[in-house]
Amino acid sequence: MRIGVLAAQGAFAEHIAILNKLEVEAPPVRLPSELKGVDGLIIPGGESTSISQLMLAYDLASKIRNLAKNGLPIFGTCAGMILLAKEILDSKVEPLGLMDIVVRRNAFGRQVDSFETELAIPVLGEKPFPGVFIRAPIIKQANSNVEILARLNNSTIVAARQGKLLAAAFHPELTSDLRFHKHFLNIVTEGSKFGL
Amino acid sequence: MESGTWKVKTGLAQMLKGGVIMDVVSAEHAKIAQEAGACAVMALERVPADIRAAGGVARMADPTVIEAIMKTVSIPMMAKCRIGHFVEAQALEALGVDYIDESEVLTPADEAHHIWKHDFKVPFVCGCRNLGEALRRLGEGASMIRTKGEAGTGNIVEAVRHMRAVMDSTRRLVNTPEEELMAQAKEMGAPFELVKEIHETGKLPVVNFAAGGVATPADAALMMQLGADGVFVGSGIFKSNNPEARAKAIVKATTHYKEPEIIAEVSKNLGEAMPGLDIKQIPTEELLASRGW
Repeated sequence: MRIGVLAAQGAFAEHIAILNKLEVEAPPVRLPSELKGVDGLIIPGGESTSISQLMLAYDLASKIRNLAKNGLPIFGTCAGMILLAKEILDSKVEPLGLMDIVVRRNAFGRQVDSFETELAIPVLGEKPFPGVFIRAPIIKQANSNVEILARLNNSTIVAARQGKLLAAAFHPELTSDLRFHKHFLNIVTEGSKFGL
Repeated sequence: MESGTWKVKTGLAQMLKGGVIMDVVSAEHAKIAQEAGACAVMALERVPADIRAAGGVARMADPTVIEAIMKTVSIPMMAKCRIGHFVEAQALEALGVDYIDESEVLTPADEAHHIWKHDFKVPFVCGCRNLGEALRRLGEGASMIRTKGEAGTGNIVEAVRHMRAVMDSTRRLVNTPEEELMAQAKEMGAPFELVKEIHETGKLPVVNFAAGGVATPADAALMMQLGADGVFVGSGIFKSNNPEARAKAIVKATTHYKEPEIIAEVSKNLGEAMPGLDIKQIPTEELLASRGW
């Protein structure tokens, strides 16, 4: 299996390290040609304004949109989740617009409000998942076709899935818990099993 | 729910990787930086080239300017305080800046002691000329490092020297036998536990950016190829004659640092870079990198 990791800007090396730990080939993707032959894509945390401009610069954004429409599984964390959304509140950033969610950037305030907390994520099992929220966004609204995977204090939505698209407002790549990445790899394998 | 943890402090620096942090002195500058794709902005009263020209005491930026910049841009906002001036740092934390740079570019407030950065919820970045200096700052609680270079010169030579020094010592520590690590720690003036950690992992436990002298897209890519996680650009953008174009070009060169064709392409038609300074022509007492220890 080959999972590309968008390496325009941000914490891509951390995702690559986790995928390598899971014995998955994980090429960094900076240009459209580097998407060739990938079975899935991870869009990492970073600065969404910066990543979005770098995606537009070399036509990476339209290539990713096309691949997603043809069923490429994509996992976005933090800035990656922002970029997957249909709509970003109070922002001029142009998202990829792939998931039927509305997100708010920096929803908890500034860096001094960044935090760690334990999250209940039933699809990953009973053990709580370490949630690392850094100037994190939230999912403000989600369509009924979006499966909610995690909420903070049983209300604010912080992780979701729609078809083969997976999004988290926090950073599984900054922890040693591999379950979220394994979950994504399962989505990738399911897809190929049904010949999608 | 726990805030101000080591993981969220170092984690924000990890999110900045592969990006360009630009010095800005006003909200208008900050807007240009954000639109060019900067991953963060650094607020200060004057860019280093002007600090160098003006002389006198350089201090933390005016809070009015800091607030105006915070209102204008949504990307992370850093601000500089003087070395050892923990009250400027407290004020910056109260203002809500996302990262504090305890910086040699401003006039030091304490020549013997840097800020005890563990006391703060806001994370700190500090400059270094070599690995020993980087590890001393980490020991005091810095959660991001940048090599100092020589700010305000538009001359990359010191940035290269400092990055090579950090990388070289790192490689050497990996190959140092365990029984020699204590002597190494003594010689470098670095905390033993951190020296041991570098020996075991082969890398700094935090993100390390390059700073001080980046003026062109090729300068930025050079620092990335030498192993920097990202770059700070100070005077290089707003002291050039086309800041918008140069800022965008440096952002692209930092991402595509391994693609010579792209670096050549983005380097075209940028107009004049900032005027540079030969380090040898600067009187020793005016060198910024030797401030702090």
